[in-house]
Amino acid sequence: MSNSNLRPPVINLTPEEYKTMVQRISPKPKAIKNAVLAFMVGGLICSIGQILINIYINYFGLSKVSAQTAGTATLILIGALLTGLGVYDNIVRFGGAGGIVPVTGFANSMVSPALEYKREGYVFGVGGKLFTVAGPILVYGIATSILVGIIYVLLRL
Amino acid sequence: MFANIIPAFIVGGLICVVGQLFMDLTKANIQPAHVLVSFVTAGVVLGGLGLYEPLVRIGGAGATIPLSGFGYTLAKGAMEGAQSSGLLGAFSGGVEAAAVGIAAAVIFGYLTALVFNPKG
Repeated sequence: MSNSNLRPPVINLTPEEYKTMVQRISPKPKAIKNAVLAFMVGGLICSIGQILINIYINYFGLSKVSAQTAGTATLILIGALLTGLGVYDNIVRFGGAGGIVPVTGFANSMVSPALEYKREGYVFGVGGKLFTVAGPILVYGIATSILVGIIYVLLRL
Repeated sequence: MFANIIPAFIVGGLICVVGQLFMDLTKANIQPAHVLVSFVTAGVVLGGLGLYEPLVRIGGAGATIPLSGFGYTLAKGAMEGAQSSGLLGAFSGGVEAAAVGIAAAVIFGYLTALVFNPKG
């Protein structure tokens, strides 16, 4: 068919250049559209989390705190699996921060580099790259929480 | 059983919008890692100041599922630890409270990376 002769148009720009170009030309509508998509996708993922928590409370008899923890763990599992299946990257492409900010995005940030560098072996590849993004998250999260705890101790003296 | 799903959608959606605006409206090249680190740190600080608790009360999973909720859990644990066992608790409390999340991420992440292969 004639369609097979058509090639997609070639743009001689690096992705960064293209991004800044697009931002210069249409900054506001893009930001609004992205925000709406982030709201929908992020809201949907959190709703699924809430449904899981409700199920854990009502059918498994877990306490509220335990159910929240179990719900978070379940979403981490779902996020990891969807990343392995290659689906989660599409969710991030569609929903932006709506896919990045929930814990499913955290799971994605661990599995994605670990898969990509699997060739480098099971220690530096899988084991190391799992923490490319999770490492900084744990460093800043845990360090700040210890600071909060110490301030709390000092204020109570 | 379903009444808390809509607040979860709205609060969770709005928290994600904050992340999206953070990426779109700042000039710097902000990657997902920066967003996640900022959210966890912001969650710890807001949790420490007692400002995240109301969000959790209103939004439920909408506030705990975003990574700022992970920060809130860390801060809450550190403060509870500090209260029950002082300085030592300030060190252990956060990680203890977040232990299931961290462990789940490690084991599920590792197993997934083991089972699946990169595409392309």
